Amino acid sequence: MHPSLLLLADSRLPAGGHAHSGGLEPAVTAGTVTDIPSLTAFLRGRLATTGLVTAALAAAACALAVTATEPVEEDRLPGLPRAGGATGTGTPAEAATHRASDPPPSGTTTGTVNRATVTGDGGLAVAWEVLDAEADTRTPSPAQRRAARAQGRSLARVALRTWPSAALDVLARQGAHHPLVLGAATAAAGGGPRDAASIAAYGSVTGGASAGVRLLGLDPLGVNEALGGLAAAIDAVAAEAAGYAGRPWAELPAPSAPVLDLYAEAHAGADLRLFES
Amino acid sequence: MTRSYAPRAAITAACDASGVTRLTRLRSDGPLAVRETPDAVYLVGAAASPLGGDDLALDVEVGAGARLTVRSAASALALPGDGPSRMTVRARVGAGAHLDYAPEPTVAARGCDHRAVTSVELAADATLRWREELVLGRHGEAPGAHTARFDVTLDGRPLLRHALDLTDPSVYTTAPVLGAARAVGSVLLAGPGLTTEPHTAEGLSVLPLTGPAVLVTATAADAATLRRRLTTGAERASRTPAPAC
Amino acid sequence: MGAHFGHGADHHAATPPGGRALRLGIGGPVGSGKTALTAALCRVLRDELALAVVTNDIYTTEDADFLRREAVLSDDRITAVRTGACPHTAIRDDISANLDAVEALEQRHPGLDLVIVESGGDNLTALFSRGLADRQIFVLDVAGGDDVPRKGGLGVAAADLLVINKTDLAPLVGSDLELMASDAARVRDGKPVALTSLREAPGAPEVAAWVRRVVAGSREHAPA
Repeated sequence: MHPSLLLLADSRLPAGGHAHSGGLEPAVTAGTVTDIPSLTAFLRGRLATTGLVTAALAAAACALAVTATEPVEEDRLPGLPRAGGATGTGTPAEAATHRASDPPPSGTTTGTVNRATVTGDGGLAVAWEVLDAEADTRTPSPAQRRAARAQGRSLARVALRTWPSAALDVLARQGAHHPLVLGAATAAAGGGPRDAASIAAYGSVTGGASAGVRLLGLDPLGVNEALGGLAAAIDAVAAEAAGYAGRPWAELPAPSAPVLDLYAEAHAGADLRLFES
Repeated sequence: MTRSYAPRAAITAACDASGVTRLTRLRSDGPLAVRETPDAVYLVGAAASPLGGDDLALDVEVGAGARLTVRSAASALALPGDGPSRMTVRARVGAGAHLDYAPEPTVAARGCDHRAVTSVELAADATLRWREELVLGRHGEAPGAHTARFDVTLDGRPLLRHALDLTDPSVYTTAPVLGAARAVGSVLLAGPGLTTEPHTAEGLSVLPLTGPAVLVTATAADAATLRRRLTTGAERASRTPAPAC
Repeated sequence: MGAHFGHGADHHAATPPGGRALRLGIGGPVGSGKTALTAALCRVLRDELALAVVTNDIYTTEDADFLRREAVLSDDRITAVRTGACPHTAIRDDISANLDAVEALEQRHPGLDLVIVESGGDNLTALFSRGLADRQIFVLDVAGGDDVPRKGGLGVAAADLLVINKTDLAPLVGSDLELMASDAARVRDGKPVALTSLREAPGAPEVAAWVRRVVAGSREHAPA
């Protein structure tokens, strides 16, 4: 992996992550995480739900950002494809066009992204807004939406400084969800959708792991061992998430974690807390 | 070999010239039987369905200005059979129309491999109450695999995309997903005047969405507790916030 | 009350870019009086400077609540930031949550002169990042031991102003004020030290005067 991408995945990246526990602090408060085995189980559940959602959003965002940085010529764009035409094997430009125009599953509609919106400057902002709305619809908890936007803002600040890009500019202005900013930052740092998915999936467990060390005084060597044990699962989630990168955004996975949503809201209203989320 | 058994049922409600809702179409097919009663349309499917291999579909259409209530007579039992089973529900709710869809729970029996796919399209000023409940296994039974995907759009824009993946117990029994709960469910309310304040209680979350809608989710040890929590949550969600003093 | 050591020369090169408020960090160990000093500065300066405060609490919103209860500033000028059990990280290694809070205050209140960022109580090595604070005050109290200045530490040595607080307690806890002041002067290479007692001089006049000077100085340096 390119060193720029390692920087982006580093927990020392000054992007505000240290103050978010990914729901671990309320889990500790509720008594459902008390030791390394229960922490590991928590992280496994988080990875398969929130982790998959954020990894898929990050991969989709990365694909869109890559499209935006490439000159898109009309003759390179295929005609607007019909349903089922998206395979994820096309060029980023094709992928974006597919994504933008395919009817979403089950006849639901996504809004108004079409070829023009992906190619035009103002239209690109619309495309980002549509993807951001897809993040909103997969995040029913208001506290989690706030945390995702706060972390998105912080990541946009540091990423714009290090890897400036037009996509990051737009996302910083819009105050977008964290996985979108992560996807755009990955693109700006030279990575692709699979990289963005890996970094997002990895990040979906490291924050909680670090919070576990701080809140429960867990043995950091043991926690690191647990993270190592999750490596294959992290990779599998990233691979699955990246598989959606060329598909319509409406199809992106949306597995929920009902208790995590409850924890997020309970935490936001708690008096005693060390972490923002 | 998967048998191709694909019953298609449909309910269409429309508002007539005098403003009264009429059922203009009521189509039953195989285990998906629909019956009109004075207060609701009932799904009265055979008890043992869906069965592995079934591909059931229900279309619900509520025309502009109409009001429709859908209930079911009993729980649905997802059973193993010849391959995975699937239940697809598609609903469209027109301008000014209201759909209240609240069937009894689905029970994921041992060995089932069931997928529920639901999509709801709401017109701009349509309103909705949509309840889904799932029970993991019959009494004392380990459940089979169950996945559900719920997509709702409002005036063409996505309002909620919410899925539940109960295939891997090492994932869904973890603290963030269900923990030790054996029943999980949600009520989606969409329309004006809903609360904007999130709320939580034991096994219950009331979650205002970005659009004019509130998702109530609950987990519980059993179906009765689940229903009680969802009812409490939905009441809370419907409570108009007190005006600021 | 309290002696002033050093010549007040400013070793800190950074000046805020024109158009934004001076960002002043206030750090120091738990219980040394950071929040009380912040409240005192707000009370004394709020009529002459446009002010806002970011608190970094280690556990609760108690500090922000304290400031609100004391009514030193209106609620919308005080923001509480949570630090994930790492108060030093939030002011030094990863300042993004604090920057977010400061920028949000600046947006909400155009024309702010001064934003005070109060750190959660931490150890003697905690320093504010220059990316967050243009100037910083480190607050010790006499009850923490009169050998603390001699031992130095990054906060004691490098802060733009060292405040030795609760001087009224010195006789009670057996701390030697003159020793503390002279040790501090030595490790601080001439940078100013203020001895304060908020009980005896609730307005912390000397610290307030120093803040007035640095705010005025930052205006002079700012591009027109």
